[in-house]
Amino acid sequence: MSNERTRILVVDDEEIVRESLGGWLEKDGYFVATSPDGKAALERLEAEPWSILIVDLKMPGIDGMQVLEQAKKRTPDLAVVMMTAYATVDTAVSAMKLGAYDYLVKPFDPEELSIMMQKIVAQQALLRENAVLRQALKQEYRFRDLVSKSPAMQAIFELARTAARSNSTILILGESGSGKEVLARAVHQESPRAQGPFVAVSCAALTESLLESELFGHEKGAFTGAFARRKGKFESADGGTLFLDEVGDVGPKLQLDLLRVLEERRFHRLGGNTPVEVDVRIVAATNRDLHRAVQEGRFREDLFYRLNVIPIAIPPLRQRREDIPLLVDSILERLSAEMKKPLEGVSTEAMNALLGHEWPGNVRELRNVLERGAVVCTGTILQLVDLGLPVRADAAPRAGPLGSLEEVERRHVAAVLSHTGGNVSQSARILGIDRVTLYNKMKKWGLRRDGEEILGKTEE
Amino acid sequence: MGPIGIGWIGEGALESSLIGHVVKHVSRAFSAEVREVKAPGTPRHAFDPRRKQHASGEILRWLLPLAPEGGKVLGVTDRDLFIPILTYVFGEAQLGGAAAVVSTARLLDELEPAPPRVLRERLAKEAVHELGHCFGLRHCPTPGCVMGRSSNVRDVDAKGPGLCPDCRARLYGR
Repeated sequence: MSNERTRILVVDDEEIVRESLGGWLEKDGYFVATSPDGKAALERLEAEPWSILIVDLKMPGIDGMQVLEQAKKRTPDLAVVMMTAYATVDTAVSAMKLGAYDYLVKPFDPEELSIMMQKIVAQQALLRENAVLRQALKQEYRFRDLVSKSPAMQAIFELARTAARSNSTILILGESGSGKEVLARAVHQESPRAQGPFVAVSCAALTESLLESELFGHEKGAFTGAFARRKGKFESADGGTLFLDEVGDVGPKLQLDLLRVLEERRFHRLGGNTPVEVDVRIVAATNRDLHRAVQEGRFREDLFYRLNVIPIAIPPLRQRREDIPLLVDSILERLSAEMKKPLEGVSTEAMNALLGHEWPGNVRELRNVLERGAVVCTGTILQLVDLGLPVRADAAPRAGPLGSLEEVERRHVAAVLSHTGGNVSQSARILGIDRVTLYNKMKKWGLRRDGEEILGKTEE
Repeated sequence: MGPIGIGWIGEGALESSLIGHVVKHVSRAFSAEVREVKAPGTPRHAFDPRRKQHASGEILRWLLPLAPEGGKVLGVTDRDLFIPILTYVFGEAQLGGAAAVVSTARLLDELEPAPPRVLRERLAKEAVHELGHCFGLRHCPTPGCVMGRSSNVRDVDAKGPGLCPDCRARLYGR
């Protein structure tokens, strides 16, 4: 193992010690520097990176113990070895309690020094390797701002990465809070349009006429209050990506307008006669069942097919519970940076509660729970009480907003299909109905055999 | 490569073939002109009565004027050597400098006294090792290389008498 990367700072007030120890370590291939006192040592520790600090306990002014305390505060990974005479071994032991790696009694056996240095170097190499592997693992589980190790989400990341390179329209399906916009942004960032704008519009938040003006812009005098020409979101997103959130909520007139833009890649501003051409990639999202809306005549079939070029269904958090620890780590890391507060994790009790929760609000709800916890917690580890989660007794499964009996039935059938990974026979057995009845129900509600279209494959 | 002078600076009686053996090995390792030098007495001033050992740093300073012009000098002694921070050393050298010293004291191994042949081999290896430091070489991780670190006689016995290809490249690359 090469010692060249290992930088050792030797601190002793006796020149002869600095010289002989420094020289000896140098012959061993280490990079060595020396400091004659605590003050100079702290300055060097501050100015340059060091792997090992070998410091004498007894020095005038700032002594070894103070150097140790300061050094460990600034660089917790630094290996600090205390040098001591026989008379101060007790102090050396207290130094170890303060985080010193070990101590050497002067004069020390060359073999002892050699072995200690080699042990530290090996240990630090392992720590570095560990950090690199953890980082690599994190990257593997990551697609931009999304983290997941569940096979279903990994498949989604793969699909999204591939789809990002194309110009095709993407339809993201998933419950609210499951990260549809985060995925849309990730697709944009991975796409050749990454340098262009990412413009998000929530189609449910505005009335139809306002949304129309918001999307297409208007000419001066197009309607009362239109005092000047205004660009719409389609124009703002030129050269980039337009994210149409809650596209299932768009009214019939606007559905037709959207269809035209998607077909012709051009439109008219409200009150305008000149067509405006745009180069926009559309990513749409909805938490509604568009198949059903089409069947019930609430959503244009032709628009549905225009949007549903590459469908990506994000499974709800309760179907990928193995991601909860990973998400907790990732969210806490971010909160810690945002709040400038050290947050190391959650207690076992808190993690068990997080793993057991149903998460109707998905990752967004998890983030909110953790943010609350981060605000109220007094230490660096979030406790169960900090999270404010409902206690188990009243945590009966909540399946989103109350729906009709048929809606509840549809959702349950989809969940069972998802649970069995698309095994119709097994699903029929669980549901207590025959296979033909189940097929009829699936056809009626537009559920795919594997449930992928609506709920995404489950990894369970 | 400049000449290398090697001289006995010990207190005891010198075993006749010892210095010759060291000279042979050193000249083979460094392909340099190696000659025996006669030291003017012994570095008794380097003795530390408290530690009952000789300070190797003092000996190096004493040896320096004995170095041949543009070359290196190696003192061979039977006295036990130390540097202030360590309990003992087999030898010491100025890294990239002109003086080196090596001792037979710890190479004899009190627990299992070595026969003269083994002692000669150990001494030759440590002589090449310390002079290697004078030529700027540091400890080498290549198994068997004479520049490998040795903290005990087992380490010395385990390594070979010559420089590994990497160390030779470093030596002649200078």
